[in-house]
Amino acid sequence: MNPVSELIKNLADQHGRNRHNLLPILQGVVEQEKYLSEFSMIEIARELDLPASEVYGTATFYSFLEHKKMGKYIIRICKTITCSMKGKNQILLAIEDMLKINVGETTPDGNFSLLQTNCLGFCHKAPAMLINNDVYTELTPEKVREILSSYLKKQKEGIA
Amino acid sequence: MTVNYQLKRADFIFKNENDWEDVLGKSIGRTPQELINELISSELKGRGGAGFPTGLKWKLSAEAESDVKYVICNADEGEPGTFKDREILSRVPFKVLTAMAVCGHVIGAKEGYIYLRGEYFFLQPELNKAIDEFEYYCKETNLDFKIKIFMGSGAYICGEETALFESMEGKRGEPRNKPPFPTNYGYMGKPTVINNVETLAHTFTIFKYGAKRFYDLGVQYSRGSKLFSVSGDTPKPGIYELELGMSLADFVEEFGDGDTKAVQVGGASGFLVPRKRFAETAIGFQGKLTGISLPTGGSMMLFNSSRSMFNVLDNYLEFFREESCGQCTPCRVGCQQLLMGIKAVKRGEKNARYLDKLLTLTETMKLTAKCGLGQSVANSFSSIVENFREEMIY
Repeated sequence: MNPVSELIKNLADQHGRNRHNLLPILQGVVEQEKYLSEFSMIEIARELDLPASEVYGTATFYSFLEHKKMGKYIIRICKTITCSMKGKNQILLAIEDMLKINVGETTPDGNFSLLQTNCLGFCHKAPAMLINNDVYTELTPEKVREILSSYLKKQKEGIA
Repeated sequence: MTVNYQLKRADFIFKNENDWEDVLGKSIGRTPQELINELISSELKGRGGAGFPTGLKWKLSAEAESDVKYVICNADEGEPGTFKDREILSRVPFKVLTAMAVCGHVIGAKEGYIYLRGEYFFLQPELNKAIDEFEYYCKETNLDFKIKIFMGSGAYICGEETALFESMEGKRGEPRNKPPFPTNYGYMGKPTVINNVETLAHTFTIFKYGAKRFYDLGVQYSRGSKLFSVSGDTPKPGIYELELGMSLADFVEEFGDGDTKAVQVGGASGFLVPRKRFAETAIGFQGKLTGISLPTGGSMMLFNSSRSMFNVLDNYLEFFREESCGQCTPCRVGCQQLLMGIKAVKRGEKNARYLDKLLTLTETMKLTAKCGLGQSVANSFSSIVENFREEMIY
């Protein structure tokens, strides 16, 4: 069995096969695969006995359910008002410079994707970003370079 | 006209929660009617921003006839400038869980959900631990109530109650028509009480100390205390519990950096108040007899004179354009046109009178958009354009 199909089957066993179990299943696939491929969406539709268009409709509504192949680490920089006022652009430039990618792109080795996102709820510690589910706040260009270096190091040593 | 209410600090929400078992036991021992009366006389209003009377909400759900009912804690805290709910869930989770179980007792629900926004995924392990401990206690005391976390996936609109139900049901987070209201037709079409995290935490205070203690705080129509999320150009950003009803001038005196040009009250969907109106503006629910009262879910963003109000509005509109669910035309197209419109005026491609056209558009959105998102874009748009017109033009 294809590993993605197996993952979907396991998630359906765990959460149930009703319509109201769809979001947790979509989230489970994204957690593992980092995105929802067309294949995954069709498999989920089959497993839950739903029209594939319904699964697609739900999946594409939510900004954290990516449907384009993403890197192992997804960096999401908050671009809403306070973070923007407190130097979000400098953070973005520092990351773009370091990883040699622009917003919306993934590094060629498939390790990092860079995105902007709306309010993360850390306005009192702006600017803020998420790397996968981990939050980093009160960023400065120096601080963000250190954080990324630690990820790059982890990556090189193969612990991650 | 000057508002004379002083800024008063309060300390209820984050006070220790070690006595939650007592509060739960004591409350479950009372009749639903007693508890509803307690809430109604406290005059607690929803702390998410809309300000619906909490006691009435519980009463309507209690009266709805159904074998299955639900209690939902709305932790989809997405309004720009708000971050208090996360703090409540991480510092005093048992207050929220207790309040949910008491609500279950009042309305006759056996299941509760916490809808947690995807951005707060990292809260999950600790919160699940608290839920396990809470459920263990419920089991021991034969209280039939279960709580689960439901994760969101990054959609601001899902904080709108009916969009939240749709999302939980596995659909796109598109708001429903109202009526029917959630108290009768909520999650899975069943009567549902959906309260903001902070609202639930306040009910804990009320059940613990009685309605009077809460009612004695604040001012007429705006009783009790409230958490304020303070950010922007301030030397002390953070979360503060204050009594409702204070004047904005006092607030700025306390939290400003000496050069405050304007304050955004209630996040991007709220109002921008310019310096000249600080003294006549009070923070609380509408209904006061004099002056202006502005409600807020707690978001208070300060801007000093180094900030361009054009950039601020541009940022808000970008936010709304992305977060509009796209279901109804006034909001979907309106948000796009407002954003394009202010940019065109700024670039000089449209003349200044075009701003008046855009103001009419926001009026249309206010009247015709399906939910609070599209209706409230007018708030920040008109308060910024009317007060800082020159900054929009040049």
